Amino acid sequence: MDKKHDIKPSEITPKELYMNRRQFIAGATAVLTGLSSLELLVPSGADSGQRLKIERRGQYTLQEEQTSYKDATNYNNFYEFSTDKEDVAELSRNFRTRPWTLAIEGHVKKPKVYDIDDILKLFPLEERIYRFRCVEGWSMVIPWIGFPLSDFVKKCEPTSKARYVEFITLLNPEQMPGQRRDVLEWPYLEGLRMDEATHPLTLLSLGMYGEVLPNQNGAPIRLIVPWKYGFKSIKSIVRIRFVENMPTSTWTKAIPREYGFYANVNPDVDHPRWSQARERRLGEFSKRKTLMFNGYADKVAHLYSGMDLNKYF
Amino acid sequence: MSHHSQSIRWIRPVVFIASLLPLAWLIWQSLTIGLGANPVEKIQRYTGDWTLNFIFITLAISPLQRITGIVRLKEMRRMVGLYAFFYACLHFINYISIDQAFEWDAIIKDVAGHKRIVFGFISFIILSVLAATSANRIFQKLGAGYWNALHQLIYIAAIGSVVHFLLLVKIDIRWPLIYAGVLAVLLGYRIVFRAHKK
Repeated sequence: MDKKHDIKPSEITPKELYMNRRQFIAGATAVLTGLSSLELLVPSGADSGQRLKIERRGQYTLQEEQTSYKDATNYNNFYEFSTDKEDVAELSRNFRTRPWTLAIEGHVKKPKVYDIDDILKLFPLEERIYRFRCVEGWSMVIPWIGFPLSDFVKKCEPTSKARYVEFITLLNPEQMPGQRRDVLEWPYLEGLRMDEATHPLTLLSLGMYGEVLPNQNGAPIRLIVPWKYGFKSIKSIVRIRFVENMPTSTWTKAIPREYGFYANVNPDVDHPRWSQARERRLGEFSKRKTLMFNGYADKVAHLYSGMDLNKYF
Repeated sequence: MSHHSQSIRWIRPVVFIASLLPLAWLIWQSLTIGLGANPVEKIQRYTGDWTLNFIFITLAISPLQRITGIVRLKEMRRMVGLYAFFYACLHFINYISIDQAFEWDAIIKDVAGHKRIVFGFISFIILSVLAATSANRIFQKLGAGYWNALHQLIYIAAIGSVVHFLLLVKIDIRWPLIYAGVLAVLLGYRIVFRAHKK
């Protein structure tokens, strides 16, 4: 049943070593081809495993034990590759994240297409340690690296017509074998209300654990909305659209009775087929109580004041 | 019976040991490479899968016996059926103890509030009743008629277990459908066979 027994940790070349080797090869190639050394400093294609420079550590550093890197990178819901969480790491190993562009469309002053390497330099990269709660009833604590989506939204200059933000994942069945089956409608689509998108907790993430995002975790760029169930935090984004009407998320379209637009973590509103009152934190033996808004109620509850959360699940 | 069983005497211990192999594999995995990021879930899925597998093997025995003509295959049925109950017990115990940590309030809420658990629970109760009445002396006490009627409940447990599985998966129902397909063949065979007999 388990297929992860191919390499022992001791057999893996330390990251520093193989990175040096790569840089050496890159350097040698550059000398031979006459490239300037300056170009070497710019990552030509941020391979997974590459360190990211963290320029800021803000107030959002959760004092809870972090999920092991191994668990966080070998237990992934990423249906574009597989519906089996333990198969995603292997199936996404050769996923190409360069070249990669992110298109900004819809109700903005000037639609624009960004190159991912330019996005990496757009804002100071910040580390944030957040809880991550899956709708299936398990959770992790992950040190993400990225910048607030609100900074990026500001830069996009949305017009007054923009009331929602829509995010779209890459559509590429050749690289993403899960897309060859229509378990969900591809490409994956998610959405946020403008006030949710510009909330200071909402992150556009480019890395985790000090490194570039591993492919299985949504490389090269993904959304992190820590007070919502994990499926809202869309991966491998290629398009962001500012729209007037509420988008229909992929899971909502698939099973509207079970997955709503808001998908806020809420221990009092069960999934129709299972309880959401508790969760299993990966690495822990017993379950823990699920917190309202995943423990971020003091920061986000006001966004939903007056709303019936049983209805707007 | 005694001179018949003579010739298949070796087969009993083989089936007995072979039926323990899935459990041995799970223990071996847990001691060597581990059970992955979510061991409790893995144990739950694995023991559930094997409960279903053993229910299906149990249900496959009488069609196989008719097709192959090996009458003594039938003698394996009780043991394999008891193994279905054995894996169901592991599944149930894992749920009650490790998964739910004996929090009875939560368990009662889970059973009462979710169809998926109801289907699993009913199937487990049926398997328990069938296991408890599997001994020869109970067969004799009840008489073949009553006993056979009671043990028809295996069909309900089989259907209930497949529904229990179907309600677990979020959207990729491929595996539950494969199980449902196999069950349809096993039940369909019986319907056709009975229709022919008439």
